[in-house]
Amino acid sequence: MPLVKNGKIITDSFVNVADDAEIPADGAILISAARFMGDPEALSRRAGRTGVIWPNNRDVDEIVPYLDRVAVIALIFPTFRDGRAYSQARLLRERHGYRGELRATGQVLRDQFLFMLRAGFDAFEVKKPGDAEAFASTVKRYSVFYQPTGDGRITALHQRMLLRHSESASQ
Amino acid sequence: MYAYDELDRTIINERVDEFRDQVKRRLSGELTEDEFKMLRLQNGVYLQLHAYMLRVAIPYGTLSSAQLRQLAHVARRYDRGYGHFTTRQNIQYNWIKLAELPDALADLAEVGIHAMQTSGNNTRNVTSDQWAGVAPGEIEDPRIWSELLRQYTTLHPEFSFLPRKFKFAITASAHDRAAIKIHDIGLRLHKNAEGETGFEVLVGGGLGRTPFIAKTIKPFVHGHDLLSYVEAILRVYNQYGRRDNIYKARIKILVHELGIEKFAQEVEQEWLQMRDSALTLDDAVIEDIRSRFTYPAYQRLPHMPEELKKAAHDPHFEAWRKNSVALHKVQGYAIVTLSLKPVGGPPGDATADQMDAIADLADKYSFGEIRVGHEQNLALPHVARRDLPALWKALDKLGLATPNVNLVSDIIACPGLDYCSLANARSIPIAQELTRRFANHATADLIGRLHINISGCINACGHHHVGHIGILGVEKNGEEFYQITIGGRADENAELGTLIGPAVPYADVADVVEDIVEAYLALRARPDELFIDTVKRLGVEPFRERVYATR
Repeated sequence: MPLVKNGKIITDSFVNVADDAEIPADGAILISAARFMGDPEALSRRAGRTGVIWPNNRDVDEIVPYLDRVAVIALIFPTFRDGRAYSQARLLRERHGYRGELRATGQVLRDQFLFMLRAGFDAFEVKKPGDAEAFASTVKRYSVFYQPTGDGRITALHQRMLLRHSESASQ
Repeated sequence: MYAYDELDRTIINERVDEFRDQVKRRLSGELTEDEFKMLRLQNGVYLQLHAYMLRVAIPYGTLSSAQLRQLAHVARRYDRGYGHFTTRQNIQYNWIKLAELPDALADLAEVGIHAMQTSGNNTRNVTSDQWAGVAPGEIEDPRIWSELLRQYTTLHPEFSFLPRKFKFAITASAHDRAAIKIHDIGLRLHKNAEGETGFEVLVGGGLGRTPFIAKTIKPFVHGHDLLSYVEAILRVYNQYGRRDNIYKARIKILVHELGIEKFAQEVEQEWLQMRDSALTLDDAVIEDIRSRFTYPAYQRLPHMPEELKKAAHDPHFEAWRKNSVALHKVQGYAIVTLSLKPVGGPPGDATADQMDAIADLADKYSFGEIRVGHEQNLALPHVARRDLPALWKALDKLGLATPNVNLVSDIIACPGLDYCSLANARSIPIAQELTRRFANHATADLIGRLHINISGCINACGHHHVGHIGILGVEKNGEEFYQITIGGRADENAELGTLIGPAVPYADVADVVEDIVEAYLALRARPDELFIDTVKRLGVEPFRERVYATR
């Protein structure tokens, strides 16, 4: 599955490590939330970069103490119709100030890219190659946004106020 | 009227382009039907028994004449020359071809109309009082807040894939015409002791197979905090609402399972962490939206003009005036309801020709404005009282002056088995038969206010639980049967109706309703005791006896 980051298809440097497999001392790995939370102190301080695959029914508060020590949090869309990870993403980014990679995994499809981007995802494990190639053009579909989110895009309400100010200033 | 600006228009146009691309990818096979299904639903497109159905939003029930003409154009150009107004301020077209849908949407976009989120598991069209802005005694025009919510809920990046659909309704009047207590979130505008405007927030109302009346979650949320409070509710629901069973996925089930106190605590906890955020609405922003609602330049006119005094001698006019004309907040003006319930007709349907004619009448008599109510009727909100006789004549010619507003033949009904792939039984023919049974205006007038609501299946699109008489179609061994409830209501005293007994076959429904009405006429304490009040006073038992004694 192609990984899209910063709008481009890149090679995934992280390796998934199964719960029963040995964790390498270095190298970039992705492990399950259950395993990570079994020994978060040690795992978040290992030599290589560590990413955590976080289920969409587990409270993200648990990982908050380790946010500055994990390289990736991979949230899951079991189907694109299950939107729980959007809330998790916004909480991690906007409330808990997570700055690492936030990866969308599961049934990640073209028509949800922009919602994901706005919720704070910056990496996308895209299901279909055609969708990955269309990433850059797809996220430009909309130029106006009604809701304020952590992505910092200006909202329509705010834009109107700016417009009003500039109109009254030019009078 | 609310005037969409360049930004609003841009979003609508961009959505049309996106949907055109989605349809193209479906037709080329790039998208599977499973993937496409949710995408088309999010743009109001259902697959029905015979064809695709398009549901178009009429936010808070307000239309301009230009918009209504465009709805007529779409009915004529892409459908079979008519449309169906629903209980949630939408219009549905039943015969649109998939390949032509993008063009139909592009035509609608020209007048600022869209079908965004009229279905799917997201926040649906925000509905309100169809008399908003003109009803006497209103706190303020609730459409300002409806529009703020419309913008906030449109293409929300966090809440477009909720466990299930999610509906808002807003009222600002003591008498609730928006049925807020049967919505996922109901908002009642009121002022607190300090004179500030805010909302009583209700949550967890809804019909369907597990009906609930909404409960108050917070008695007062300041207008500034409306969006952050709503976001807190939606976030709790998005994370904890059930996704394992479609029938238990609505917020009403979460509220019921947690209990309103616990649910309220969860929301409060979430809200306290975000109430001071970019979602806070400052006065300037609210004023900006308010300033884009324009109101007619009313004249100073008498309450009883000569034209009206003269027309009062005509009993036909008087019969219509008595139930179709309501008091306006400005003296000399009236709110006129246009009945879409002609005798023998399907409730809520209007032909393209009727829509065009109504648009012309709106230009002539109502400052170009039309309203759509959840009772599936239309209204002209600003009619000078002196024009009432002329308007009545014009409406009568169009078949839109049936004098039955709020009477027994003013029936709410879903499309039922004639169109809908979910239905178990027909709704429309039941409604049509009932309108024939009660076609005599003198009888209907004697009966007084009585709401009959019909749903063709448990999904309850016809709001049968809250009809004074509710009729629910079910299927028994391949045959259509109907459960009858009485005592329901959707207003500020909302209640669910009570079943009167075993379901009856299709052929008996109209007889049973007649029996119930006759029982009421015999039982009522006074001629002005309404059906609903008699049921409240006496309970179901005397009605049950009457209906089942001979069956």
